[in-house]
Amino acid sequence: MMALPVILSFLLPLAGTLILAFSAGRLGPKASSVIGVGSVGMAALATAWTVVNHTGGSEGITLWTWMSVGNFQPTIGLAVDNLALVMMSVITGVGFLIHLFAAWYMTGEEGITRFYAWMNLFVFSMMLLVLGDNLLLLFLGWEGVGLCSYGLIGYYYQGSANGWAAFKAFVVTRIGDVFLALGLFLMFMELGTLDIATVLARAPELWQPGSTTANLAALLVLGGALGKSAQVPLHTWLPDAMAGPTPVSALIHAATMVTAGVYLIARLNGLFLLAPGVLLLVGVIGAVSLLLAAFAALAQTDIKRVLAYSTMSQIGYMFLALGVGAFDAAIFHLVTHAFFKALLFLSAGAVIISCHHEQDMTRLGGLWRKLPVAYGGFIVGGAALVALPLVSAGFFSKDEILWQAMAADQIGLLSVGLLAAVLTGIYTVRLILGTFHGEPGSDHARHPEPGTNPVTHHLPLVVLAVLSTFIGAWIYPGLHGLFPQAPGDTTETGHTLLQVLAMGAAIAGLLIGAWLFHWQRDWLSARTRGGVGAVLWRFWHHGWGFDALFDRLLVRPWQWSVRMLRVDLINLMMNLPAVLAKAFNAGLVRSQNGRVRSYALVMVFGAAAILLTLALLPGGAA
Amino acid sequence: MTGIPMEHGLILAAILFSLGLLGLMLRRSMLFVLMSLEVMLNAAGLAFIVGATAWNRPDGQAMFLLVITLAAAEASVGLALMIQLYQRFRSLNLDSASRMHG
Repeated sequence: MMALPVILSFLLPLAGTLILAFSAGRLGPKASSVIGVGSVGMAALATAWTVVNHTGGSEGITLWTWMSVGNFQPTIGLAVDNLALVMMSVITGVGFLIHLFAAWYMTGEEGITRFYAWMNLFVFSMMLLVLGDNLLLLFLGWEGVGLCSYGLIGYYYQGSANGWAAFKAFVVTRIGDVFLALGLFLMFMELGTLDIATVLARAPELWQPGSTTANLAALLVLGGALGKSAQVPLHTWLPDAMAGPTPVSALIHAATMVTAGVYLIARLNGLFLLAPGVLLLVGVIGAVSLLLAAFAALAQTDIKRVLAYSTMSQIGYMFLALGVGAFDAAIFHLVTHAFFKALLFLSAGAVIISCHHEQDMTRLGGLWRKLPVAYGGFIVGGAALVALPLVSAGFFSKDEILWQAMAADQIGLLSVGLLAAVLTGIYTVRLILGTFHGEPGSDHARHPEPGTNPVTHHLPLVVLAVLSTFIGAWIYPGLHGLFPQAPGDTTETGHTLLQVLAMGAAIAGLLIGAWLFHWQRDWLSARTRGGVGAVLWRFWHHGWGFDALFDRLLVRPWQWSVRMLRVDLINLMMNLPAVLAKAFNAGLVRSQNGRVRSYALVMVFGAAAILLTLALLPGGAA
Repeated sequence: MTGIPMEHGLILAAILFSLGLLGLMLRRSMLFVLMSLEVMLNAAGLAFIVGATAWNRPDGQAMFLLVITLAAAEASVGLALMIQLYQRFRSLNLDSASRMHG
């Protein structure tokens, strides 16, 4: 009886969605919360049951054949292996804690039923994405999470900026999705199947390593992953996606959906190993995103935007790991990142609600005594983000990534990783000092109302805080049998040296941050007010100007071509008969002047003309 | 009547017809327009008579009777219209009744 708990684990959230959606507003906020949180809670229990009973290896469950067209017969089939189990545990486990916290966060908001319906649908889609045994089912989940992301970013639909943010997220990720769809078409055309296991078995038989087709397929899949995981150049939607409620940012835009790209590449590792150039490109893009986002995070004042750029940067680490062939390390960091980034976002949510929706760091400050739980969350989560040596979950996963990069002889990627570790320290210190220390910047920050509910406020934060320490790294099972051997699995030369370097980078970041933002605060703010400092600040504040660049490069030429197409030559030709008919009409109308005399005149000349014609025509009447 | 050649009669008819036609096209007063019409009808009638006399055939004279009948009917309708015109516009100017322009 393996099948039942697996099926329950994704059908329960779907049932939750359906009940909430079909209640059509008849359910009160309380009942909606109970259904929304309860369905994901039970899904988490079902997942735990599955994990306990899992005997190893990959188990397939085929529910039914989705459609049957010639030799294209995708099934509604699930493949349960260790990778899927890890992802399921993160989605339902972290997802449940976030749902629970949302019950506190969303108190008094309008449309709680709608909120939980979308959230449950998201969990369902995400589960399909990781459970599907074929790429078509995966794609269904992939689009489903994109839809839920759209619905939840635009949750506060009365502000038009939120609607635009949702729109932007949808359109930008759609660009990636088109690439992924093309990749699926190519794979089906070349390999004749979309079943993941068969694809991975057939690809090495039919494609030479480094062949054009293999490279193209890997590139297209990478395009999809870039859009979903907010990596350069398809990353511009993520900071704006913070317009949604904070639990949404925690669940979708930090813990689960944005890491779907990492999951996809890890799942299709065999495909990427056939295209070593593309795999390296994955690492390079990860490194670029890592660095760009870390710099951009330095110049944000909105705490959620700092966390958004930090998420982008941490996913850059995962891509870097994928790029050097360390798939296990990438998934390891995915899991620890889900823990500590969810914790950071929920703590940020606690601050935001306590301060009456104030999320600008310049208007916060001095909160650490008044909001001890959120402060604790920020300290523990921040420590994991910085990868504080030995006590935090982030240290173990990030160290693994850096070590694999070193073992793969990618010194460039390694040094980017170390530099970004320093930057991470700096912006994390800035975030915590700016939010919790110093003088309060507004009345809301002077008189916060701390959350008191032990179940919906304290419990999720405490559990996630525990998972963000070394315990989180400890419970990660490791997926060694599932992936091809990573470069660092066979050697240990230089690992200790690297660990010392990584620790040094993290601590250096913290010290520089503390020095800059605590002792040199006045000097720093003077620097950012004029000259090069101000230019850099503005540049980083707007995320390296990618939005403006895309606006000039893509949006405006598009609008220009649309305007050009409006003056359509072919359309003019189609309009010609109408224009002529109108001209004739105008002429004939003028002849109807209502004067009997002119009618008589025309009649006389007409008769004369007819007579003359008849007379002059050869063989005429004359 | 034998002393007058047929050409003279026909030329007279043509001159009368042209005068009538010119009057029809140029006069504004409806009274004169109707009179011009009568002149044209009579010119046509004259042409029939001239033809009938020249060839000694009676049907030309029968046609003349028809033309006179037509002229009488036309005059009665035309005079009725003229009275209406005058009652509505207080004028016999035909151009004043040009409200049905396109």
